[in-house]
Amino acid sequence: MPSYVIREKCDGCKGQDRTACMYICPNDLMVLDVDGSAGYGEMKAYNRDPQMCWECMCCVKLCPQQAMDVRGYSDFVPMGASATPLRGTEDIMWTVKFRDGSIKRFKFTTRTTPEGSADPLAGFPTHDDINSNALATEPASAGLDAVPTPK
Amino acid sequence: MANFETVEVSTDLLILGGGFSACGAATEAAYWAKKNGLKVVMVDKAAIDRSGAVAMGLSAINQYVGVKDGENTVEDYVRYVRQDLMGISREDLVYNIARHVDSTVHMFEKWGLNIWTDEEGKYVHEGRWQLMINGESYKILIAEAAKNAIADAGGEIIERIFIVDPLMDGNKCVGAVGFSTREDKFYVFKAKAVFAGMGGAVHVFRPRSVGEGFGRSWYPPFNSASTAYFTIQAGAEMTCQEVRFIPVRFKDAYGPVGAWFLLFKSRAISSEGGDYMVVRVDELQNWAPYGLAKPIPANLRNYLGMLDVEAGLGPLYMETDEAIQKLADAYKDDPKAFKKKMKELESEAWEDFLDMTISQAILWASLNVKPEEKHSEIAACEPYFIGSHSGASGAWVSGPEDLDTPYKWGYENMTTVDALFTAGDGSGASSHKFSSGSHTEGRIAGKAAIKYILEKGQEPSVDMAKVEELKKKILAPIDLFETHKGEFTDPEVNTHYVMPRQFLHRLQKIMDEYAGGVTSAFKTSKSLLERGLELMALLSEDSDKQAARDLHELMRVWENTQRMWQAEAHIRSILFREETRWPGYYFRSDTPKMDDENWLCFTNCRWDPGTGEWDMTKKDVWNIPGV
Repeated sequence: MPSYVIREKCDGCKGQDRTACMYICPNDLMVLDVDGSAGYGEMKAYNRDPQMCWECMCCVKLCPQQAMDVRGYSDFVPMGASATPLRGTEDIMWTVKFRDGSIKRFKFTTRTTPEGSADPLAGFPTHDDINSNALATEPASAGLDAVPTPK
Repeated sequence: MANFETVEVSTDLLILGGGFSACGAATEAAYWAKKNGLKVVMVDKAAIDRSGAVAMGLSAINQYVGVKDGENTVEDYVRYVRQDLMGISREDLVYNIARHVDSTVHMFEKWGLNIWTDEEGKYVHEGRWQLMINGESYKILIAEAAKNAIADAGGEIIERIFIVDPLMDGNKCVGAVGFSTREDKFYVFKAKAVFAGMGGAVHVFRPRSVGEGFGRSWYPPFNSASTAYFTIQAGAEMTCQEVRFIPVRFKDAYGPVGAWFLLFKSRAISSEGGDYMVVRVDELQNWAPYGLAKPIPANLRNYLGMLDVEAGLGPLYMETDEAIQKLADAYKDDPKAFKKKMKELESEAWEDFLDMTISQAILWASLNVKPEEKHSEIAACEPYFIGSHSGASGAWVSGPEDLDTPYKWGYENMTTVDALFTAGDGSGASSHKFSSGSHTEGRIAGKAAIKYILEKGQEPSVDMAKVEELKKKILAPIDLFETHKGEFTDPEVNTHYVMPRQFLHRLQKIMDEYAGGVTSAFKTSKSLLERGLELMALLSEDSDKQAARDLHELMRVWENTQRMWQAEAHIRSILFREETRWPGYYFRSDTPKMDDENWLCFTNCRWDPGTGEWDMTKKDVWNIPGV
């Protein structure tokens, strides 16, 4: 099953108005079994339709309890391997475990600015003429004196 | 009828979708809206931080022209797209996106995207137009700018709303209706202008994996033709509905090959070791002039590989080991530098997967693949509808105002329906936009939509009786399930309704077997397409027999219906174009050759909401003079 929830670690994002995995899944797959009536355990999240999982790991990266992971699609992926992310505010660490037990570890930058700080105009000068062919920050953001036109 | 509260939201500009084009539209429109006291509302079926095609991330920016440093001209890009799409492209749209795209990329960098640079501070290119990035959080950054822009302009973002139909006032779009996937609420959006940016389509064709890996498509399974359906239902003219896209990727997990082909200069070979781009070079003569110029179009590269597979020469392999060895040879006298270089290459190769196709990293790890030691299998994916990549399907939109073209009816990126704008996967015949170009095109459309509102915007006149009719139609699958679920012991096997997953399988089986999917080796013909249309008519009749037991399934029902409309537009367009122009995307066995005399033109189609009839037309290709 593509994304899965480790029963022992999942606390249903206790005290929150929604679970992180439900919030983030682009395909609306994650569900919280609030009272256990769905059979997954009280306050435990589950993937309601593993066949529609893209394995994007958005849920795995966001889970505050590290209660989620992905197990490769069982209709074509040999068993025993995994790729596990640990995502911070400026980088992500990956641990790739091979079927033969060997391990590789990689660290990649995720962003160069503090979270939440993206200025929509990116600090470029703007203009007021909605009839011009220049977008709000152009031509400065293009590094040009004018928007190109066909010669 | 299911008891859903109706929620009304009024705005000046309504942005539907939350991916790259929608975020571009939001970022730019919010600036102009704030200046003019207008309101912008953005609606996404998921969470904007991780919605759309770039939800997982990306490992490269595929469109950067480099005008300021004189790397290329905007005209160079127009020539590149013309060549790749076998002569069929809206050069005005391609030009417009290309002249603005660098500015978008520079903004991405300021927002916090790490674009690789060399010792001199210049961007590291993967290929002529491609830049290497650390793109795990690419979507988060783009969403952040859009969110900040909308907040600054006093607008609103509403997540987890699934949009179904447009609201119309004659030939003008005045809003949209949909429902919450979290609570029993039906949403009515009224607007002076609407931007439809809800992505392309996957799962119209049967994917290669049909078990647990059903969701492992190259493009995301949650892109369900929402934009195509929305624009078709509004009565907009569509273009290039036959130009699906088939990427060749690492087999089964569909991991990216761009870094291997472009950065590592790897070759692809058959099981016998022949490089099909060399062995089959003569075949390219049949597709002149496009087959004879460089770069060879993506569909022709696909086609040469497909010919090998057809000849029993599969599997096809990416020669990763050979490529790494060649790169390492440059360091053969310096073992220390060699070790460092190898470490670097290994990291780059794995990041390519981990940034955008994690499944491929898991698959390689599960197969104990060491790319420096052994080659890996590649294969053609199932077809997708993605006007932003090397496909071209989308709506027919008005071109840039300052170019002298036959494609202008007033506002940039407005469809043939008044007040309805689109971009990215939503607009057709302007391929090779990718992430940066889609965002750019969204910006262009966002600005134009505000201009439209300032010049022509009127209070939307919404027919509330029609809204009630749509509400009843959209919620009907819930009623259908509730009414009949108890009659049989298994709620999924019922004579009164079909569950959405089975309906999806039925659509995919028709498309796969009659319209040239994977199991038909991408081949079809007039007879097959006509038979496909007969079966599609029955499918269409049964589409309102889909049942839903909850909001999630209700979304699945409408995603299916949206895909079904994309499928029909596709079949009709392939049928109309009596030639084969993109043999590596689909092959018409009864018209196997390219026919420039009759078909060097756009294939446009329109569904008439008044009569329910499809109208097919040819439109001329206009080339930028002197380019």
